Amino acid sequence: MTEQTAPTGTPTGTDAQDAPMLHAKGISKFFPGTIALDDVELTLHRGEVHALLGENGAGKSTLIKCLTGAYKRDGGVITLDGEVINPASTAESQICGIGTVYQEVNLLPNLTVAENLYLGRQPMRGGLVSRKRMVAEARRVLRDYGLDVDPGEPLTRYSVAVQQVVAIARAVEMSGKVLILDEPTASLDRDEVQLLFSVIRTLKERGLAIVFVTHFLDQVFEISDRATVLRNGRVVGTRVLSTVSQHDIVTLMLGRQLEAKVHDRQTGAAGEMLLEVDGLGKRGMLEPFSLALRKGEVVGLAGLLGSGRTETANLLFGAVPADGGVLKMHGKEIRVGNPREAVRHGFALCPEDRKTEGIVGDLSVRDNIVLALQARQGWMRPLSRAKMNEIAEHYVRTLDIRLASLDMPIRLLSGGNQQKALLARWLATSPDFLILDEPTRGIDVGAHAEIIALIETLRQQGMSLLVASSEMEELVAYSTRVIVLRDRRQVAELTGAEITAQNIVHAIADEPARGVA
Amino acid sequence: MAGSTQGLLKRITPQLIILAAALLLNVIVFPDFFHVDFRNGRLFGNIIDVLNRGAPTALLCIGMTLVIATRGIDLSVGAVMAIAGATAASLVVDGHGWFTALIGALATGAICGAWNGVLVAVLRIQPIVATLVLMVAGRGVAQLITEGTILTFLNPGLIRLGAGTILGIPTAIVIWICLGAFVAFAVRRTALGMLIESIGINEASSRLAGINSRVLLVCVYLVSGLCAALAGVIVAADIKGADANNAGLWLELDAILAVVIGGNSLLGGRFSIIASLLGAMIIQSVNSVILLSGMPPEFNLVIKAVLILGILVIQSPKVSYLWYMLRASGPQPQPDRKSPRPRTTPEEKTQ
Amino acid sequence: MNIKTTLLAGVVALAPVAGFAADLTIGFSQIGSESGWRAAETTVTKQQAEERGIDLKFADAQQKQENQIKAIRSFIAQGVDGILIAPVVATGWDEVLEEAKDADIPVVLLDRTVDAPEDLYLTAVTSDLVHEGNVAGQWLVDEVAGADCRIVELQGTTGSSPAIDRKTGFEQAIKGHDNLEIVRSQTGDFTRSQGKVVMESFLKAEGGANICALYAHNDDMAVGAIQAIKEAGLKPGTDIKIVSIDAVPDAHLALANGEMNATIELTPNMAGPALDAMEAYLADGTMPAKWIQTESKLYTAKDDNQAVYEMKKDLGY
Repeated sequence: MTEQTAPTGTPTGTDAQDAPMLHAKGISKFFPGTIALDDVELTLHRGEVHALLGENGAGKSTLIKCLTGAYKRDGGVITLDGEVINPASTAESQICGIGTVYQEVNLLPNLTVAENLYLGRQPMRGGLVSRKRMVAEARRVLRDYGLDVDPGEPLTRYSVAVQQVVAIARAVEMSGKVLILDEPTASLDRDEVQLLFSVIRTLKERGLAIVFVTHFLDQVFEISDRATVLRNGRVVGTRVLSTVSQHDIVTLMLGRQLEAKVHDRQTGAAGEMLLEVDGLGKRGMLEPFSLALRKGEVVGLAGLLGSGRTETANLLFGAVPADGGVLKMHGKEIRVGNPREAVRHGFALCPEDRKTEGIVGDLSVRDNIVLALQARQGWMRPLSRAKMNEIAEHYVRTLDIRLASLDMPIRLLSGGNQQKALLARWLATSPDFLILDEPTRGIDVGAHAEIIALIETLRQQGMSLLVASSEMEELVAYSTRVIVLRDRRQVAELTGAEITAQNIVHAIADEPARGVA
Repeated sequence: MAGSTQGLLKRITPQLIILAAALLLNVIVFPDFFHVDFRNGRLFGNIIDVLNRGAPTALLCIGMTLVIATRGIDLSVGAVMAIAGATAASLVVDGHGWFTALIGALATGAICGAWNGVLVAVLRIQPIVATLVLMVAGRGVAQLITEGTILTFLNPGLIRLGAGTILGIPTAIVIWICLGAFVAFAVRRTALGMLIESIGINEASSRLAGINSRVLLVCVYLVSGLCAALAGVIVAADIKGADANNAGLWLELDAILAVVIGGNSLLGGRFSIIASLLGAMIIQSVNSVILLSGMPPEFNLVIKAVLILGILVIQSPKVSYLWYMLRASGPQPQPDRKSPRPRTTPEEKTQ
Repeated sequence: MNIKTTLLAGVVALAPVAGFAADLTIGFSQIGSESGWRAAETTVTKQQAEERGIDLKFADAQQKQENQIKAIRSFIAQGVDGILIAPVVATGWDEVLEEAKDADIPVVLLDRTVDAPEDLYLTAVTSDLVHEGNVAGQWLVDEVAGADCRIVELQGTTGSSPAIDRKTGFEQAIKGHDNLEIVRSQTGDFTRSQGKVVMESFLKAEGGANICALYAHNDDMAVGAIQAIKEAGLKPGTDIKIVSIDAVPDAHLALANGEMNATIELTPNMAGPALDAMEAYLADGTMPAKWIQTESKLYTAKDDNQAVYEMKKDLGY
């Protein structure tokens, strides 16, 4: 491993003579039946943003947990600032100087911003917590992070992005040497990501070593200096990002070349009319909208976070009852008051929040796959064990779901495989109309490409799809039409050659620049 | 886990071991524990008593297991027992036949269960609060029916349900074993078991998958009410009287405990009725130890608490994990190939 | 709870009818209706008041002392001639008793005493729990007449004062009689079903033939135990002698059927002696003794239990 990492050079903008801030060597971790980490080496320099990359299950989070003491490592040495450290818990590692911020913000939402920032180390005066001083200091500290918020307000008052920055501030104020960010941008929109990145840049200038774990390669190249790629618990390479392309990194991660697929759109060639929506809406949630969908069409829904993408999907599926509007399927009016009715009419929805609204975590992969079909059949007509296996095995094969056994709880699958299993759940019901809400969020690169390919396959088979996504390139790749939403309203519809990332962005930003592309 | 006998056996192994240990304890304090003879037209012996006296808890925990699997809880079962017992008693006292009384009691139980179900599923009141209403009010309702007295009755048909025998076996034993087997079989042979588990694990996902969670929840509480009613009739028939104050008192806690000892999570999800029934028998075996030991009654609760605590500690995820690790680090540290969870951490091991 | 009587009492309490010149108005603060005996006490108290032409104001405290104190204050405000209290707990009465004393209203305590200075109440009418146990034990000593007898005991709720006192009294009575021995003693929680369950285990642990007598701290447990004995193929009352306490209607029925041998009455008529004392005091200031002990009457098969049963069964037990 040493040979492999040696020629990768020093990070940009850092003093080469500097000894590394953190050096982890020979890190190993075994779980019963698995080698999760095998002789992993990671070097972090001062003032460096270091991306940690790999497909789901490659060992990123295990490595982080070994560094922070959340897991007891089975081998290896960690040197921080020249001293060997052995943190036995995350609390100990914080004292040593390693702070961590997880994707699901680990703060107490009911406490105030200031309390969250200072919990456990509140400024004292005469044996009592000095509230005033705490709030004042919090305000000052947060201003350094570009946040102008009232530290006396409960944390829940603020967006996830603000909470994220508060979590970072807390970690940095407590630790101050190494900051580990585990998928910090997963639930942030574009502007919020920029807010976060400006904070990261500030911290970089202050000399912190920052580990950045993410699935978004664009973001990696935007903010990181170097990247270490893991695959199957081993380091496959560390690269200075200014010297390589995205393509190189993806190749490293997957161990194979990702084909860039461009499909030929046939807007005119779509089939008969399937679904007509007229004036569907709900007050305070989504302005009434209309939509006509033919067989073999993929309609993309574009828009910023909160523009009404998810709301559109939920209203159509009856997950949230609409307060007005007419739905017609094959020209006949239908009622969709709840998901059960939607399923009966051949609708299907893969929700945005896979964990809380998609998977049934403790149930087996098999049960998860047959769930919707079984629910539609009713409890009196159970699918036989053999039939369940047949269905599950069929989709495991065709969608390439990677698992140890159909009996394993679905929560143990990686994000991408969970998403595929959810797709399988709906494909098993042979839907006419499939709604996908952020189908590629938080999944690894390989699964990402497979799901995009699958959308195209389904379309060719004559299925109608509505896909909400925040990834422009993705929408461009598979949509036959794109509807752009802004402020809970439809603002534009792009067809054929109009569908370009740039046009979508213009429509979102309300700039009359269509066709300029 | 649903179909294969092997899976079931693996699931209930801890309960079987604990039950064996509890029975062994009985033998230690009373060597003739397993002695059974035929007396007065019925099987007679301590082991028969355990099966017979465990009947109310066993019946309650059938319904309770389903309720808990949906991430709910039913605190009202003890009070429903009192109501159902009072209903049955007052019906036979008024001159109705035992069958009418039984149907009347079951109907009362069903109404109580449906009431709970509507509060939980439709009005979205937290189960612990929703069922607390009936837990508190139910005993008052039962007292209204019996007018505060122990309503004694002599109807032989009704008495046979609690104190009678079928082929020499006490009726109560036959009832709980049959009902338990029937429900356990029914939920696994239909899709009910899977749908109930699905709701318990993630109701939002289940609803989006098209499951009618509302109706299913009401049904589950209704079944719990029916089980409680049956237990109430048996308890009343056993003493030939409906005791509104004491029938089923605190029995809801024993039922919940039985479900927990059965290895079912109070957070809902995967469940096993058979394991819960074993849990009920474990509790009754512990009660039997106390009675047979001849210790002064001041020690009853202490002994029970210590034994139950021991059982729960043995079953705790941390201890099971230690066992797992001990076994894994044995002479042949081969990873368990069949294990569906290659990455077991203590939290994930739901025992 | 006996609804009819409660409702009736409510009507009586709410309608101080003009023209009906009752000699005395007495307030009665009852604990509640937690047991059949309690309901019977309420019924008997009302009967006693009616016989004497006393206007009884009844208040059900539903097991709460605060409700009792409220009721007593309202009795004082209404200017009743006397107050009966069945106290729910022993402590915390000083202040309100003081108020009654200041208003010159005599207070009589029923079936329990309180921890308050004796001059704050006229008298207390209670049974003697130890004495009850004593009578039971003495009956058994006489019954076996020197023969060896292995006794099993069904205790009341562990730690409750009736359980402690009735056990003490019984043990005092059999002390010195080496032919009598308590071989097993376990709690049956005063309930019929636990009485049955525990008796079942006694029968197995000792062997039915080795048990000579059962002493139960209340009739409910004895009635449960009778069923267990029958199911074990033995004859209650003959193979195993049964003595218990309370004399509830079902016990009289069992006595009449020969399934039980003796029961000691805890009379629900506490109000009789209480009202006697009250009337005497109000008439000419006669001070009663500070403690009036009710009779602990022994009923055996020799009494006309069927008749007693008929008389008692409508008292609300």
